[in-house]
Amino acid sequence: MDALMLSRVQFAVTCMFHFIFVPLTLGISIMIAWMETRYVASGDEMWLRMTKFWGKLFLINFALGVVTGITMEFQFGMNWAEYSRYVGDIFGAPLAIEATVAFFMESVFIGLWIFGWDKVSKRVHLLSIWLVALATNLSGLWILLANGWMQHPVGYVLRNNRAEMVDFMALVTNPYGLIKFGHQIVSGYTVAAFFVMGVSAWHLLRKNEVAFFKRSFRQAALFGLVSSLLVAVIGDLHAVEIAKVQPAKFAAMESIWETQKGAGLNLFLLPDEKRECNAFERLCVPNMVSMLAFHDTAAEVRGLKDFPKDERPPVLPVFLSFRAMVGLGTYFILASALAVLLSFKKNLEEYRFFLTVLLFSIPLPYIANQLGWIVAEVGRQPWIVYGVLKTAAGVSKNVSAVQVAVSLAGFTLLYGALGAIDIYLLGKYAKKGPDNDLSGIINVQGRD
Amino acid sequence: MEPNVFQVIWFVLWGVLWGVYFMLDGFVLGTGFMSGFLAKNDTERRVLINTVGPVWDGNEVWLVTAGGVTFAAFPTTYALMFSNLYTALLLLLFALIVRGVAFEFRGKMDSPGWKSGWDYAITVSSFVPALLFGVAFGNIFKGIPMRNDFVTADFAYDGSLLTLLNPYGLLTGVLFVMLFAVHGSLYAAIKTTGDLSARAAVMAGKLWLPLLVVAVAFLGYSYPATKLYSNYLATPLLTALPAIAVLSLLLIKVFAANGRLHIAFLFSCLTITFVCFTGVAGLFPNLIPSSLDPLSNLTIYNSSSSLYTLKLMAGVALVFVPIVISYKIWVYRIFRGRVSSEDVLADHEAY
Repeated sequence: MDALMLSRVQFAVTCMFHFIFVPLTLGISIMIAWMETRYVASGDEMWLRMTKFWGKLFLINFALGVVTGITMEFQFGMNWAEYSRYVGDIFGAPLAIEATVAFFMESVFIGLWIFGWDKVSKRVHLLSIWLVALATNLSGLWILLANGWMQHPVGYVLRNNRAEMVDFMALVTNPYGLIKFGHQIVSGYTVAAFFVMGVSAWHLLRKNEVAFFKRSFRQAALFGLVSSLLVAVIGDLHAVEIAKVQPAKFAAMESIWETQKGAGLNLFLLPDEKRECNAFERLCVPNMVSMLAFHDTAAEVRGLKDFPKDERPPVLPVFLSFRAMVGLGTYFILASALAVLLSFKKNLEEYRFFLTVLLFSIPLPYIANQLGWIVAEVGRQPWIVYGVLKTAAGVSKNVSAVQVAVSLAGFTLLYGALGAIDIYLLGKYAKKGPDNDLSGIINVQGRD
Repeated sequence: MEPNVFQVIWFVLWGVLWGVYFMLDGFVLGTGFMSGFLAKNDTERRVLINTVGPVWDGNEVWLVTAGGVTFAAFPTTYALMFSNLYTALLLLLFALIVRGVAFEFRGKMDSPGWKSGWDYAITVSSFVPALLFGVAFGNIFKGIPMRNDFVTADFAYDGSLLTLLNPYGLLTGVLFVMLFAVHGSLYAAIKTTGDLSARAAVMAGKLWLPLLVVAVAFLGYSYPATKLYSNYLATPLLTALPAIAVLSLLLIKVFAANGRLHIAFLFSCLTITFVCFTGVAGLFPNLIPSSLDPLSNLTIYNSSSSLYTLKLMAGVALVFVPIVISYKIWVYRIFRGRVSSEDVLADHEAY
């Protein structure tokens, strides 16, 4: 493999690894802030124990999310120097703003939250977790505005041998970035909801701390239902935006080869990239793709053959990832709706089969998040900035294939080891269940 | 692009960000790699980790911001700095990753082997960044072997990790290690109690003279090895920066010897920031000079963003940096107390 391919693989590996930890952080920070709010408002100690238990899992997860995020920032310069030089004028801004506006807030207040139980009043402590949750989500906003710009570049002109920013507001109000942000954060909330439901299910199956985990479960089920519905609604808007501004990606997502009006949706099909058609198509819903893409049954959908071969994304991975993501998204809505219904039953812990299903569903929203990013990033190929700069033109020229091979091996080993430890610790503390000894906190917090 | 005042403003901010980062992460790194020499048992180790626990993450964000600002304000410098120094930055990244998780993971299992493994990891992953930052900045002061053509956007680099390990780069590496060792020991002394605090104060005192020797060697060797002095000869007023650095370094000893360790620590903060300012002011208007050809220097003029972006980012910095500094000071005040063995033994949330 050459330096280009190795750099692409390395970016994918480090990005996907980073993204094991980010979505849970996005959602669980809000859930914990809500638990602590209920504790401060009611004085009910079970809310405090929930805050502490889920908070501990949050922190084990958070640590790896933070440290692997630095890799992302460094890597643009290390492996994608040509890209960084070419677009830094406009792409660097949201990254620098993210650090200044969001990352500082997150990291300072997480420290206050972890170590401040006996140092500040209840209300200030509560404020700190809300600020962490806000900052985490704000961080996502700036990162997705940056990514949104790579997908649908706006607010720039090409001059002085690079892309220069001329309209910051266009970058900030880029519909592509904003919709993507919306789709992503609620996807993160879904990860957190299924994580909390799954861990709660594990304990309920063992009749362990039933009241505690029923309450956790109900909160997560409601959060999960709202989030997974929003994932679908915003996902629909996202598909419309993609059909408008990235027609080649859209064609790959649906595996449509010929430009056609009133394009139908085949429930089963398999793309054949060599022959530029689908190997087979079954169960067609007429006009459905046109409907999804343009909210108009007669609309014309451009096929892949409309684009030069060297401007098409790889069809199979984009198509399969998209299908699997949509399928999983549908499952999340159904599962969380059922979970909400059952969570109001007195004998939730008797629904053993459903609880077992939810336990094994913990990885699914993680997978759906990764699939979504495969659609987004593989679907953008061969462009690094859609329509402006090809990925091959963005790679560092002063970095050799050997250097990248060594760093890729290093990342794989280091991340593999740390990921295994982190997941082991998450499992260990999730199974351990909540702590009963809250005397230290309640005594000192009684002050206010 | 026409030279403009915003390029100068961002050059100054760039230097300030690095200076503040080294001052803040300096004591976390220093406490980290000195912890093996300062702590006598597991509880003391935990005390040391917990002195930096609430703040290490926020301190590291200054590095992320310094990186982000280099990207946004000087994209060509960002691109070439990070790709030309690829392997050094990779090692730095690995170390920072391990250090961060080590704090979080160390206390999560009760086995002595697990803990001593992470103790070892903290020592190494704190030492490596201290050394590498020094080596990297030494090489930046000196210039790196690159040939850049800014008209055709053709950039070549003729070095490797070994190129960076030249005597001047290594000396700067040792300087950073010594600065952070004294800084971290002083921090440990003012943030802990009893024997541990006393031991840390003694350690800071012992390391001070070697630091002074290395600092003098650095200032002397910089004359033949770099062009840093030319700015000071041209603008004598700038010599205030190294003068403050040297004076602060001397005052560390004066106050530490009198047992006024908080003031000694403040002067250690000043020493580190002004050592950084000394180097950066000597570079101006270069961000990274070339050791091969002055026309290849990465300057604030040939590597900056457009005026529009520089102005916009200046506005963002003007609004948000004071807010960040305010809440950082507020949180530092909340955690201003010392951490004792009793504290960490009683606290389930502590690292």
